[in-house]
Amino acid sequence: MASIAERVHQIIEKELGVNPEQITPTASFIEDLGADSLDTVELVMAFEEEFGMEISDEDAEKLTNVQAVVEYLKAATSES
Amino acid sequence: MDRRVVITGIGLVSPVGIGREATWQSLLAGRSGIGRITAFDTEGYPSRLGAEVLDFDPGDVLDAKERKKTDRYAQFALVAAEEAMAQAGLLAAPPDGERMGVIIGSGIGGMLTFEEEHRALVERGPRRVSPFFIPKMIGDIAAGLVSMRYGLRGPNFGVVSACATGAHALADAALQIRAGRADLMLAGGAEATISPMALAGFGNMKALSTRNDDPGQACRPFDAERDGFVMGEGAGVLVLEDYDHAKARGATVIAELLGAGLTADAHHITAPDPEGRGAIAAMRRALLEGGVAPEAIGYVNAHGTSTPYNDKVETAALKVAFGAHARRLRISSTKSMTGHLLGAAGGLEAGITALVLERGEIPPTVNYAHPDRDCDLDYTPNRAVKQAVELAISTSLGFGGHNVVLLLGRAPGAR
Repeated sequence: MASIAERVHQIIEKELGVNPEQITPTASFIEDLGADSLDTVELVMAFEEEFGMEISDEDAEKLTNVQAVVEYLKAATSES
Repeated sequence: MDRRVVITGIGLVSPVGIGREATWQSLLAGRSGIGRITAFDTEGYPSRLGAEVLDFDPGDVLDAKERKKTDRYAQFALVAAEEAMAQAGLLAAPPDGERMGVIIGSGIGGMLTFEEEHRALVERGPRRVSPFFIPKMIGDIAAGLVSMRYGLRGPNFGVVSACATGAHALADAALQIRAGRADLMLAGGAEATISPMALAGFGNMKALSTRNDDPGQACRPFDAERDGFVMGEGAGVLVLEDYDHAKARGATVIAELLGAGLTADAHHITAPDPEGRGAIAAMRRALLEGGVAPEAIGYVNAHGTSTPYNDKVETAALKVAFGAHARRLRISSTKSMTGHLLGAAGGLEAGITALVLERGEIPPTVNYAHPDRDCDLDYTPNRAVKQAVELAISTSLGFGGHNVVLLLGRAPGAR
């Protein structure tokens, strides 16, 4: 099974149509990866689908870059 | 002094060809785009036929990310708009965005998106409906997307009038130019509604041909054995332009949009007025607006859906509006090959009519084999005809009793 980071990267690549090299830990979805506000909502939905969980709006707001997502999901999945 | 409106670009995506020339060559050759629907399993549906745009690839017009966010109907509109812009020379020399607008309509809009997202809602709950659902599905988004692509800031909206949509879009776009609100307009219609819901709905209305075992013969406008229309998909988008503006920039003029007749049947939600009074009035108003006598018309691109009612009523209307001259008209229903593109039909068929005027060749009504007593005019049966045409009309009659007749003429100077 691919690591959390690998799965997150794949989702970002598919949803935002960006190249793998662009997906660095500090890459911001909106500022660096060309996402708008609707894209980020759909991105969070894709993470929810993939990891079988619900992400609250409050938490989703903090997921602004790649690293934030990976760390959030690591913490969330290790708790289950 | 009244502004004259000309056509300087035509973009077509149709079941008989992706692109204007591919479509035109297929029509002249009598090639049909009608077959058994392949997009989904049609087992159990009364009609299993459709005219699909097979192997559609938006290519460079939309990248992978944009495609995900764009319903098929809008993708068709964007590809057609690009071809029209290219032909008009507006990609090589972009226009003043403030002086160009977009009116692209759709009869139903993003039905495919609607069905997909509805499934997500029902199967996985409200939190799984895409945030892009609304902007993908609404019937005006094609006009918005086209304006975004070319930076067009003039009048911008969609129109909705069922099978008359594309024609209404063109009539309205011409108005914007005549009013001086724009010098250029992209206008037409786009439709992509070959979907389970639409097929079931139209099928249960008994509006569709059920000749499932012989798809190539199913759409037979004006023929005595016609039994309903076949759903098509695609887009027809034209560049309309103020004639002086076109001359000043050296644009090639394909044809002129001389007038439009807009009426309502005020009769029934789907059936046409049996006496065709709305259609007759629309024909007369179009001729009046263009200052043209009925006897001057050479070609009619009929609505010709292949339903028992439409073809009979439309024939009767032509006889009243044109009198004895009706027998000298060359009429054809290109729906016999393309199927019924619904909201896109008016755009596609205006484009085809403009090509008839430009090229002096008339596409046939195919599958014409059994004369019908009520349909006894010249429908250009089965074979294309070479004939110079000066003036032509295109008729579009929509569910709800919406009628539009567009009057087109050869390019000024060529007439």
